[in-house]
Amino acid sequence: MAEFRLPKNSKISKGNHHKADGATNTTTFKVYRWSPDDDQNPRTDTYDVDMDTCGPMVLDALIKIKDEMDATLTFRRSCREGICGSCAMNINGTNTLACTASIKKLKGKTISIYPLPHMEVIKDLVPDLTHFYAQYASIRPWMQTDSVPLPDKERLQSIEDREKLDGLYECILCACCQTSCPSYWWNGDRYLGPAVLLQAYRWLADSRDEYTGERLEDLEDPFKVYRCHTIMNCANTCPKGLNPGKAIGEIKKMIAERHAL
Amino acid sequence: MSNTQRPLSPHLQVYKPQLTSMLSITHRLTGLYLSLGLVIFVYWLFSVAKSPTMADEMVAFANTTFGCVLFYSWVFAFSYHLCNGIRHLFWDVGKGYSIPAVYRSGYAVIVGAAVLTALVYFLGR
Repeated sequence: MAEFRLPKNSKISKGNHHKADGATNTTTFKVYRWSPDDDQNPRTDTYDVDMDTCGPMVLDALIKIKDEMDATLTFRRSCREGICGSCAMNINGTNTLACTASIKKLKGKTISIYPLPHMEVIKDLVPDLTHFYAQYASIRPWMQTDSVPLPDKERLQSIEDREKLDGLYECILCACCQTSCPSYWWNGDRYLGPAVLLQAYRWLADSRDEYTGERLEDLEDPFKVYRCHTIMNCANTCPKGLNPGKAIGEIKKMIAERHAL
Repeated sequence: MSNTQRPLSPHLQVYKPQLTSMLSITHRLTGLYLSLGLVIFVYWLFSVAKSPTMADEMVAFANTTFGCVLFYSWVFAFSYHLCNGIRHLFWDVGKGYSIPAVYRSGYAVIVGAAVLTALVYFLGR
């Protein structure tokens, strides 16, 4: 049963305010904070960041806060160019990558930053992705074959077959779509979620994979696929512009067509 | 490690309401509301079959302001559920998944439901 309210230990209180001394052009960042080291509930701290000395992206502001204002702020980041997926978080109400989210384009005097929604928090903006990765592993995200490859050749693919993987292989597994999906919030224990299903389809669509039947059989379950109700928050939020909802639709079609045979 | 009880990050509390999710939850709510209306609908059929006085009482109730509000809210719920159901059928055959298409069909569903409701209102007078 879906629990719409936050548990007692997760209710958020108002935290500290950090001023930017002497700065005239500031933007306020409201940031979710929680530390495992004390017995406190989560809180939101606010930081006035001097925009004249800050880079253009939300990640730049977070790094500036950590460098100059509050070294305890914890978040994941790596490539700062939208390819690693580490800095996925909820910025002004939708999930995206902090490194590709422009502060200017977000507008407003205050920018709210929360961890990816409906996840266990390890610290501050760092959610526990263990279950997500386990679900990803469960769909066997690698090429499965029985046939013996030729010793002097790769497994070839026509240009048309290769094109079927466009819009699928670009996924960086940042979990933005996964945690934007209300169905995943309520049934994340058994529903595979948009990101994992997009990857499931990536292998179903691959002409070189020889386990299509087994993969479909494995997915055919009231929860794994069919908790998708085409809400489409996933495609709306994907920072790479991919469409997990469409991929799930294709899986549903493949399962239906398999029964029609 | 004093606190091993990790909090759950906020979800409904912070996630921005948007056309995608709002139309989806409305589909579910109208479905729920319609099944409630079905009970009243069956009771009306029963009253018509049972006795003229009972049927007259039902008609009298339907003509009160409260009755009208109930009736047209059900008409709207039905129209919305119908239009959005057709939208779902298109998705089921693999069409209309792009975000611009989702928004276009979403607005079309809202307009369609309003038009159908208005049609029932003007034709039923």
